[in-house]
Amino acid sequence: MKPLKMSLQTVKPEQSCCTQPKNPGSLSPDRSARIQALHSLSGITNEKQPWVTGIMNTAAGLVPVAATEWTWADRRGQIRSRLGSFRDDYTVRPGLFAVGKPDAASDIFVSANYKLSFDLLRRALKGLDGWILVLDTKGINVWCAAGKGTFGTDELVKRVLGLNLAGLVSHRNLILPQLGATGVKAAEVKKKTGFHVRFGPVEADDIPAYVRAGYTAAPGTREIRFGLLQRLVLTPIELNQALRRLPVAALVILVLFGLQPSGIIFKSAWLEGWPFLLLCLTGVLAGAFIMPALLPLIPFRSFAAKGLLAGASAVIPLILLTPAGGSSIYLDATAMILFPLISSYLALQFTGATTFTTFSGVKKELKLWVPLYIAGLAVSIILLILYKIQSWGLI
Amino acid sequence: MKYLKNVATLAYDADKCTGCRRCTEVCPHAVFEMRDGKARITDRDRCMECGACALNCEFGALTVGSGVGCAAAIIHSMIFGGEPTCDCGGTAGGKQNSCC
Repeated sequence: MKPLKMSLQTVKPEQSCCTQPKNPGSLSPDRSARIQALHSLSGITNEKQPWVTGIMNTAAGLVPVAATEWTWADRRGQIRSRLGSFRDDYTVRPGLFAVGKPDAASDIFVSANYKLSFDLLRRALKGLDGWILVLDTKGINVWCAAGKGTFGTDELVKRVLGLNLAGLVSHRNLILPQLGATGVKAAEVKKKTGFHVRFGPVEADDIPAYVRAGYTAAPGTREIRFGLLQRLVLTPIELNQALRRLPVAALVILVLFGLQPSGIIFKSAWLEGWPFLLLCLTGVLAGAFIMPALLPLIPFRSFAAKGLLAGASAVIPLILLTPAGGSSIYLDATAMILFPLISSYLALQFTGATTFTTFSGVKKELKLWVPLYIAGLAVSIILLILYKIQSWGLI
Repeated sequence: MKYLKNVATLAYDADKCTGCRRCTEVCPHAVFEMRDGKARITDRDRCMECGACALNCEFGALTVGSGVGCAAAIIHSMIFGGEPTCDCGGTAGGKQNSCC
């Protein structure tokens, strides 16, 4: 990511190919074209992106040609962006790109400057000649950026006018990803730029068929699919965020078990603490992995209820049937209450990653479940105190 | 997959609908279908309140209370105030939460 950062600093947006000189009259057309070409060239060559295969001289300035094949670096980037914070800084420079050998009649496809969004689009356009207009979405994918408004009407209008796309192509159509519709008001784009917005299919891979069919989306390609694979690729992030807090939970558990009237005994911390720690981890896995993976198979529509059920069916058999269940009834009761609730809480967090939960629905769930979580935590703390009192032989 | 019953706030005014089909184009859950030259809601429970239809309905026939359906964002806004957003209160360039 270093070279990109450097180029972003050295090439200011107003110097890049993204803006046409507003008043060409003040410079001779030849000179202003040369200056513009020079600026776009510096913007393009500074990046030295391996996926840029060439440079096209167009009416909108010099435009980098993007490969439609992925390299190993692109594949690695996709995997890393699914795992953790790598995705926070995985971007391409906003502006215009070419795929194939586009001309004035070629389609313009609009994308976000999250590199994975851009990569999925350019790979899908293999064999087609087209333009890709990358909006500045602050490195966020189309769907989320549209929700925030950065993949939005204003940004699109600004880029279309700034790049003088009306001079680049002879038609007046833009193809946007369907999920961009949350942020882009098509009628306003038409009014301000003269370009008609067509919302393409949800998935970039369906674009060639959509174009071939005369810009009509085949049945099903307008709907968000949220199958097992789509859900599974989201779980590493969920797990990552849940497990980040696990060391703290582990420390609390070990201190709790190690705490004796005579001080903290490490031997009993481990010997007595590990089953409880294992049950805690089971609850976390149930909520952050099993529940998302089995989502449609688990009864109930409420995510919190699904998570509670997943957590309870993982934790309770472990307590009853394996040595993970301790000798203390207080301890077992704590585990049976606390860990399914943790699973439920984590499952509720998955609402943020899904494609069908609603604002009103999540609010309704929280109203019911947050008090339950707090009550469950309070009961667990009381039970744990009772356990310590019992194990110290005070009752 | 459907979420909770009878919570989606999607509202449709047939009198204002001109049958332009934009809503059927933008809805990611096929909530609308065309019948007799007008849009019709097939199943409100499939609506995820993304707001695309209301934003793109030029004739004001559709309204929906849209917002992010993300527990972390809503909890954050309950505690710290403000609108729930996808970055869960993180500043620009800061940490993102799972919803994004």
